[in-house]
Amino acid sequence: MSDAALPRAATSRAPVGEALAGLMLTLPAGIAYLVLLLLPTLAAVTLAFTDYELGMPALNWIGLDNFREMLSDRGFAIALRNTVIYVGTVTPLSIGLGLGAALLIEAGTRGRAFFRAVFFLPVVSLTVAMAAAWQYLLHPTIGPLNALLRQVGVTDPPFWLSSSDTVLLSLAAIGVWESLGYNMVLFLAGLSAIPRELYAAAEVDGARSAFDRFRLVTWPLLGPTTLFVVTITLIRSVRVFDTVAVLTQGGPNKASEVLLYTMYREGFTYLRLGYSAAITLVFLAIVLALVWLQTKAMDRKIHYG
Amino acid sequence: MAERRIAFEAARLGLLGFFGLVVLAPYIWMVAASMKPLDELFRASLSLWPERFHAIENYGRVFAEVPVFHYLWNGLVVCGGILVFQLMFAVPAGYALAKLRFPGREWVFGAVMLGLLVPPHVPALPLYIAFSKAGILNTYAALILPATISVFAIFLFRQFFRALPDELVHAARLDGMSEAGIVWRVVLPNAWPAATAFAIFSVVAHWNDLFWPLIVIEGPARATPALGVLYFRSDEAGDDFAVLMAAAVIMTLPLVLAFLFAQRRFVEGIATTGLK
Amino acid sequence: MAGIAIDGVVRRFGQVTALKGVSLDVAAGEFVALVGPSGCGKTTLMRIVAGIETLDSGAIHIGGREVTRRRPAERDVAMVFQSYALYPHLTARQNIAVPLAMRRLSGWQRMPLLGRFLPGTRQRQRAIAEDVERAGTALGLGALLDRRPGQLSGGQRQRVALARAIVRQPAAFLMDEPLSNLDAALRVHTRREIVDIHRRAGAATLYVTHDQAEALTMANRVAVMQAGEILQVASPEAIYADPQDLRVATFIGSPRINTLPAEADAAGIVQVAGQQQRLRARPGPLTLALRPEDLSLASGGLPAVAEAVEFLGESVLLHARHEASAEPLVLRLPPEAARPRPGEAVHLAYHPARALLFGADGRRLAATPMEALALV
Repeated sequence: MSDAALPRAATSRAPVGEALAGLMLTLPAGIAYLVLLLLPTLAAVTLAFTDYELGMPALNWIGLDNFREMLSDRGFAIALRNTVIYVGTVTPLSIGLGLGAALLIEAGTRGRAFFRAVFFLPVVSLTVAMAAAWQYLLHPTIGPLNALLRQVGVTDPPFWLSSSDTVLLSLAAIGVWESLGYNMVLFLAGLSAIPRELYAAAEVDGARSAFDRFRLVTWPLLGPTTLFVVTITLIRSVRVFDTVAVLTQGGPNKASEVLLYTMYREGFTYLRLGYSAAITLVFLAIVLALVWLQTKAMDRKIHYG
Repeated sequence: MAERRIAFEAARLGLLGFFGLVVLAPYIWMVAASMKPLDELFRASLSLWPERFHAIENYGRVFAEVPVFHYLWNGLVVCGGILVFQLMFAVPAGYALAKLRFPGREWVFGAVMLGLLVPPHVPALPLYIAFSKAGILNTYAALILPATISVFAIFLFRQFFRALPDELVHAARLDGMSEAGIVWRVVLPNAWPAATAFAIFSVVAHWNDLFWPLIVIEGPARATPALGVLYFRSDEAGDDFAVLMAAAVIMTLPLVLAFLFAQRRFVEGIATTGLK
Repeated sequence: MAGIAIDGVVRRFGQVTALKGVSLDVAAGEFVALVGPSGCGKTTLMRIVAGIETLDSGAIHIGGREVTRRRPAERDVAMVFQSYALYPHLTARQNIAVPLAMRRLSGWQRMPLLGRFLPGTRQRQRAIAEDVERAGTALGLGALLDRRPGQLSGGQRQRVALARAIVRQPAAFLMDEPLSNLDAALRVHTRREIVDIHRRAGAATLYVTHDQAEALTMANRVAVMQAGEILQVASPEAIYADPQDLRVATFIGSPRINTLPAEADAAGIVQVAGQQQRLRARPGPLTLALRPEDLSLASGGLPAVAEAVEFLGESVLLHARHEASAEPLVLRLPPEAARPRPGEAVHLAYHPARALLFGADGRRLAATPMEALALV
């Protein structure tokens, strides 16, 4: 019936009505896309090559000067380094712990929904509010963590968020706490897609220990999920902003300066929009590089078509 | 075999319990601190239960000094407004990309894929300039507009609609429905799982967002809950952690409650929007 | 006797008893088909034999050893799964090698990179490679061995699964509906191949299927299972011609066996709707069952009305309604026979020696044909 209504022969030339409908239905999204996404993005790229500041009457072209300045800007170098350290800590830890939690939850029947909810809770909690809770928890003098440390005999516990030695570590811990549950949920979805029969086959084939079965079945079949989780965690942690803005404002002494916070400060506090746009471009380049790496890895291996 | 299983289950629950407690620690201490008087906090004792019950004073101060419901209302308006626009733009576009043949379809889809690569922080600067020139900073519009176009939503709905049988659309056409009618009366009701999943994803993301509100909003009139906590923290509360914790509890509660009521939907929503 | 011995296996799922004390022996070198409708518990039973599923009571012996509480890896069985359960990330060659590597190499030797340098790894891996090659060749996989399952057709995957099962000569083969995902033509072909493999390997084979044609054509003995019980175990011929239970008679055979409510009077003469038959049995209510090919058109016998005719090529099926039967009776007639028109009154005759009688409890009853008497 359907084939009679819409003959396949017409595929190459869509009926006029259908083409018109297609255009009409994509038009609102197209306009919004153009005005709110494409043009501003191109404008940001353009701004990066100017020294524009809010209120200036015209754009002043300065070529690559912003990027040259970046190379000699100590603050930017620190921000980049801190971002790399932060990402390098949060990504493996939140993925490892997320996978561990998913495997433990999946391994039994008791308490599944409960623990899933517990680990997922930080994802749906207002980050700013929870950052305040962490600030109290990690407070050098009145915080419960240091109270606990003093109780077990640590005489001068670290100052956590207020010391330049530990601030990045503390932020990373909060970052892990925030994204562990998200990764766990993705891993749980990946695990549930592995056919049960494969585990049965592995047992019959002689995989006696749980570790053998993990290596033979779970880890390889989780490959696509893991790759996706790695990419998305990298991208999410490169974007770290909320906790820094709320808790440290990049301090103490720039020790927690990160890429997006520097961009925010240059653009919206110092109103140096050109320089800020240049930093945005670096940020965009990092994100694109990560996505490119993911596509590369996807093509090379984990595809079991 | 049975003993081994019991031992394993005990180890499993023990490990999960331990890590669960670590994850819950900030919540536990936040709630505990919100019920203590300040001097008790300063003694930094490890007891969770307050010696002097001070919850009424703490929460009272929050409600007295912070327009809590106003912030929550702002959050609701912003998240609701964003979601409505996102669906209005993305559902028809997703349907057209999935089921209709029209010139330039490949280009539109290519643009969507390209848009997926751009984080929302990139267009933020020019949008700020434009909004400032247009004089709409400090308005709901400034908060809502940039998020109204979600290429991710278009992509998600396209993938979902493609899986719907063509016969459904053809039958509706034979019944004399217009394409717009098909979108809202046939396709969307069948895309309910995708729509709820996306709604949850969108609300969680924008309820928690701080970056954009921080840029376009000043003062409490249009502040979202995230901004509200930030203001309260730096202005009124200062170092009064007890009251700050009370405020944090109040602001965290709505979304957490929603999550606890519809746990399965939340988790599935995040998992499906994450993996597609 | 080495092989598989299943002894009084009970398995409950909550309130439901899936297996009600099932016993079944498969001798070494024997091929036993376990056939039954879906949900009868046959797959559960097979998974219990493999050790993938637990049992509530009973015992399993494989190759003369008690393995009831042993892990699957310790049971010396190989299994072919309905979905084949091939590891999608491994090539056919690697898939077939898994059961050998798991048994012949230690955990350290299986480690990537590191394992290669441990003493003995190389010789063992070479031996494994040879065995894999041999199993692959036996199943005609040759050129396909380096492909992944995703690049193979259903039939080819099936062969890889079989090769993985035979590569390590196990004491028992378990096959869980291995042909159900193949198309009809391939299924008939692979049937013969599996029988062939079994003859060469000579291990006890338990084969689960819901397809009676598979069971009858492949097995030495057929076990018919229903609702968690084995109703009868016998040769395919005996299962068809000499069923001991009405449920076996109705499950085996296509079209289904015809059944008529009947009664043996005080004298033991069987009556159908008041009409005397040339059969004697123990007095009481019973069921008269007749295969379609055992009924023929005649001038006398059971009165019926023709309803429909189906031409099948090598034969013709005639559907005719008898007043005592809820469903039309089906006759298999030679294609050249005269076909009555729908609505025409006919008479159906049968040889009393071919009639099967079942009591009210479904058990088979002894029937004595009355040859000499002319009736009706």
